[in-house]
Amino acid sequence: MICVIDYGMGNLRSVSKAIETMGGRTFLGRHPRDLKRADKIVLPGVGEFGHAMQALSKQKLIEPLQEILLSGEKPFLGICLGLQLLFESSEENRKVPGLKIFKGSVQRFPKKKIGLKVPQMGWNQVRFLRSSPFIRKVPNQSYFYFVHSFYATPHEQSLDLGITEYGVRFASVIEKEPIFAVQFHPEKSQAAGLKILKNFVAY
Amino acid sequence: MLAHRIIPCLDVKDGRVVKGVRFINLRDAGNPVACARVYDRAGADELVFLDITASHENRKTMLRVAEKVAESIYIPFTVGGGIGTIQDIRLLLKAGCDKVSLNTSAVLRPEFIREASHRFGQQCIVVAIDAKKDGNNSWRVYTHGGRTPSRWNAIRWAKHAEKLGAGEILLTSMDRDGTKQGCDLELTRRISTAVSIPVIASGGVGKLEHFYNALVKGKADAVLAASVFHFGELSIRRVKTYLKKHGVLVR
Repeated sequence: MICVIDYGMGNLRSVSKAIETMGGRTFLGRHPRDLKRADKIVLPGVGEFGHAMQALSKQKLIEPLQEILLSGEKPFLGICLGLQLLFESSEENRKVPGLKIFKGSVQRFPKKKIGLKVPQMGWNQVRFLRSSPFIRKVPNQSYFYFVHSFYATPHEQSLDLGITEYGVRFASVIEKEPIFAVQFHPEKSQAAGLKILKNFVAY
Repeated sequence: MLAHRIIPCLDVKDGRVVKGVRFINLRDAGNPVACARVYDRAGADELVFLDITASHENRKTMLRVAEKVAESIYIPFTVGGGIGTIQDIRLLLKAGCDKVSLNTSAVLRPEFIREASHRFGQQCIVVAIDAKKDGNNSWRVYTHGGRTPSRWNAIRWAKHAEKLGAGEILLTSMDRDGTKQGCDLELTRRISTAVSIPVIASGGVGKLEHFYNALVKGKADAVLAASVFHFGELSIRRVKTYLKKHGVLVR
């Protein structure tokens, strides 16, 4: 069973539904014990970075999540804010640290410098840098649906599996098996997004 | 780079689509889920449902519509019309819609934008502006479905809405709405350059070049249209092919 973590950050219905359509069985997890009994874990989320970390903390999920992620014992998928939370910190809230699985921080799009609208809202392309079971049979340069004002800047370049251009070039898909994370919303990205979810289910 | 979006809009009354998809032989053109599926397949980048239900009791039917739509399509969708409280938003988002569009309630009490944005995140709060020309390069904001003039100048209101936490502006020119003479480009350009959040242009789209003009001359990030799509005068594919041919990035 795939545990979709419910920590009050955004609607989980679309994510769960899309995973189920791709053959995965899901349940909503709110407690540390839910993470234990899951085969795989999905961390979705829209909203504010600090607020999200506080919500995870309140549900006593930070340490169990860190344990699972650092040991690599279960496949993990982070979506949108669920990608950003894997890093050390975010410009969105400097007082609250992230899960610190990966070195690097989360930055705001420099809208003045790039002269583009923030949030980035809509369909943008992802260029894959290597092959991976996570993106199997997903055409390179596929469009995915993005909604975000912040993006992660990993220290280790080897984390970058896919990159996207929006004034700056940023890591839109990161991978360190069995950890995967995407900045876009696969559940809102039609065939390409569903394919990625299917690959995660099959992983 | 980010593609420009083409967004069909469906009016929903008491849970049924009014002026639904007519360009294919759909067994039930009033079924919101069926219409949503058609546009999902046709290449729409997003969908907007405008709830024009008059009575408060029947508004609950929109929640059931949102639930069913969310289970049927894999593109984002927005619900607007009659949203007045945080609880209204909470229920719609929980039902599975991705964004809500606020109009009258936001003009009457601008703090509502801040509260909603703070509670649910900027990305899901769209502020819809119905604007009507009231002078040289000046447009007034109307509420209550375009019936009541407000005290707001449209450009000032758009900037204020952004400051309060709107994630996107859905701009409708009341002068052009339903005319098929093209968007009000001056209004669209002024609003789009006044704010740094995305702007969806709406009202008046009737021909292929109107899409191009709204995006290139009006500097909009997306175009919303209703009847040209529903009645099959234009297909989303045709619009996108035309835009691509003229150097506009679309998906």
